[in-house]
Amino acid sequence: MFDALSEKLSGVFDRLRRRGALNETDVAEALREVRLALLEADVALEVVKDFITKVRDRAIGAEVLKSVTPGQQVVKIVHDALVEALGGEGAVPLNLNAPAPIPFLMVGLQGSGKTTTSGKIALRLREKLRKKVLLASLDTQRPAAQLQLAQLAERAGVASLPIVAGETPVQIARRAMDTGRREVFDVVILDTAGRLSIDQALMDEVRDIRAATDPAETLLVVDAMTGQDAVATARAFNEALGVTGIVMTRMDGDARGGAALSMRAITGAPIKLTGAGEKLDALEDFHPERVAGRILGMGDIVGLVERAAETIDQQEAEKLAAKMARGKFDLEDYAGQLRQITKMGSLSGILGMLPGVGKIKAQLADANLDTSILKRQAAIIGSMTRGERRQPDIIKASRKKRIAAGSGTSVQEVNRLLKQFDDMSAMMKRMNKLGQKGLMRHGLGALMPGASSGRRPF
Amino acid sequence: MALGAFFGRLKQGLARSTEKLGQSITAVFTRRKLDDAALEELEDLLIRADLGPEVAARIVASFRRTRFGRDITEDEVKAALAGEIAAILAPVAVGLSIDPAHRPHVVLVVGVNGTGKTTTIGKLALSWREQGLTPLLVAGDTFRAAAVEQLQIWGMRAGCTVITGAPGADAAGLAFDALGRARAEGADVLLIDTAGRLHNKSALMEELRKIIRVLRKQDPRAPHSVLLVLDATTGQNALAQVRVFKEMVDVTGLVVTKLDGSARGGVVVALAEAFALPVHAVGVGEQAGDLRPFDAGEFARGLIGL
Ligand SMILES: Nc1nc2c(ncn2[C@@H]2O[C@H](COP(=O)(O)OP(=O)(O)OP(=O)(O)O)[C@@H](O)[C@H]2O)c(=O)[nH]1
Ligand SMILES: Nc1nc2c(ncn2[C@@H]2O[C@H](COP(=O)(O)OP(=O)(O)OP(=O)(O)O)[C@@H](O)[C@H]2O)c(=O)[nH]1
Ligand SMILES: [Mg+2]
Ligand SMILES: [Mg+2]
Repeated sequence: MFDALSEKLSGVFDRLRRRGALNETDVAEALREVRLALLEADVALEVVKDFITKVRDRAIGAEVLKSVTPGQQVVKIVHDALVEALGGEGAVPLNLNAPAPIPFLMVGLQGSGKTTTSGKIALRLREKLRKKVLLASLDTQRPAAQLQLAQLAERAGVASLPIVAGETPVQIARRAMDTGRREVFDVVILDTAGRLSIDQALMDEVRDIRAATDPAETLLVVDAMTGQDAVATARAFNEALGVTGIVMTRMDGDARGGAALSMRAITGAPIKLTGAGEKLDALEDFHPERVAGRILGMGDIVGLVERAAETIDQQEAEKLAAKMARGKFDLEDYAGQLRQITKMGSLSGILGMLPGVGKIKAQLADANLDTSILKRQAAIIGSMTRGERRQPDIIKASRKKRIAAGSGTSVQEVNRLLKQFDDMSAMMKRMNKLGQKGLMRHGLGALMPGASSGRRPF
Repeated sequence: MALGAFFGRLKQGLARSTEKLGQSITAVFTRRKLDDAALEELEDLLIRADLGPEVAARIVASFRRTRFGRDITEDEVKAALAGEIAAILAPVAVGLSIDPAHRPHVVLVVGVNGTGKTTTIGKLALSWREQGLTPLLVAGDTFRAAAVEQLQIWGMRAGCTVITGAPGADAAGLAFDALGRARAEGADVLLIDTAGRLHNKSALMEELRKIIRVLRKQDPRAPHSVLLVLDATTGQNALAQVRVFKEMVDVTGLVVTKLDGSARGGVVVALAEAFALPVHAVGVGEQAGDLRPFDAGEFARGLIGL
């Protein structure tokens, strides 16, 4: 659905082959595509407008390097500006510079992930920083909300404030802080009920909670799938409470996550953490680089590699790496990969993280293939002999026919699989050669076929 | 039309940004020709309502064809735009009807995390109870903390029995047993809650398919409705959600929640064009009575802040 921005831009600039400095017309045309990409990624319109103005000023007159096209140059400028707007390098840690018990206040719209994130932060503080954490639910609205937090506290191995029926949220907050002091907790996490930014009564209530507890962190928890409303929400919560940090949840989805940019631009508060799953250990630091790539549709290869590292069995991975290094990666390994990939998520989710696959992805979507293609491929490989899997080169016409019949597919599909496998081995060889450092230096485009001819900067 | 009167009609709950937008739109369209700048403002208005850049551009382009250069007041332009959008939405404004031929009519409720599935089930159960039907609820979210207890409270509010399993129990097995019980008891509707799941997690999507497979062992036509619950705050990712859920579990209709907030839910327009799935109802609050039929005209007017 979303073509990679660089692909679109190379389209724009195919017509502009000239070199030298970027002129206004070049830039204007390229920025139209950038604007679209940002809007498709759900960056809020007013934020897009500001951003585009900033980039235009930077881009006009910029020298186009010898090795890249004007389109690539613009993408690079956009990417850098985006990383900067998202907070530059490095994650901002939670503020623990306050006298204990340190209150953290969790706020946000209904269902954004506040309660789950409270549990995740508690687990992280306990495990990584050996803090004694108290979880307190101030949610008297949602059915079983307090019980939900109590259960999460148990899973996280931290204490939760005993539930007392009939108390108001402010009363619970006070009791939580009292308990925190009396029982010497390091951190007290105050989970609040979800509320709409236009609900005056509830916004007043959370203001009172804030006044009663003076939190060291007021964390706005936001769904990564949020659309244009990010602006209204960010502004209202920030004006009412002074947000000190943002948590983007559901980054394990395939949303482009433009809300991150909107939230950051409107509140000025750093994005401190991201949620990448429902389990309590699925809490990560925020990486502007990755999210910038994701917003621009250029893929999040670092995220892909990391996610792969999480799911893929370490030993298996090492064996595989050794094989790849020796150029011995065969179809049996590929079948293993397919199984790992299904574990990691659907194909379109994975593909979304790879750079430059906009087209393949669109084709997949058109053909309604998505996960079923993995099963068909597994079936094709299953119908091969051991010898064929080890040495795919020997698979010629008659073997293809047999394999297609055996797997209930077509020769075409067998061909496609073999071609894909070829591409994949080629890409792996390249990845090997570059190593992690090379990847960062040369950018993701170095992986793509034809990168040496300088077609893609990322 | 006087500015004051115009603002009087702006819904109270509009977010400040939308209000400002209303101001600027009003300023643009009082005594003015529909020129390029005016059309661009309209396009921005639609983008801000989450219609997405593509759909917004398309709607404004058709507007340009018919009305460009005409003298037009802000009132006319907004009404016409709302009309155009309502026309796109009208075909999908279809209520959810329970077929009495099925006993029970099985409704499977699915969606990504936190959209409002459990709450919507509570609301639906109450409204069906009020119509004299007997719904039976199934706590199919055996994964999330206190999800079962949450549905149990909704069951109490709606006066319905809630069937539960052990924590971590297989949702498909639970659904199968519940269907057996519903048939034996002659329940009219079986409402199955499921754990929230992101559409890009294929293992979790497979689990949903398993629930359906297992239900069909008892009733080959079950589930008779598969409701996808969407959060109005969601942007363009809703398109991916609908595409994948539809492909994996044959979604039969949508419910859009949290429309009482500042989000306009404009992606529904793009969804109507791309998938033409019925939008059965909208959620407008956290209470049991806060479910409304989807009204194309009202929704369209809400989108552009009328
Ligand atoms: N996939 C995924 N799901 C998440 C993540 N964070 C939270 N969730 C899920 O989102 C749903 C809602 O999470 P909650 O923590 O209950 O959200 P909340 O903001 O406390 O909700 P309210 O209290 O009702 O406003 C649950 O199903 C969580 O498991 C995440 O990072 N990824
Ligand atoms: N304002 C508003 N809040 C809603 C609406 N529908 C649901 N909610 C709230 O949204 C939050 C999440 O609702 P749930 O029903 O738990 O959502 P869910 O989809 O079952 O969540 P998971 O099971 O965790 O995936 C709760 O705080 C609900 O009260 C609505 O129409 N308007
Ligand atoms: Mg909560
Ligand atoms: Mg639920």
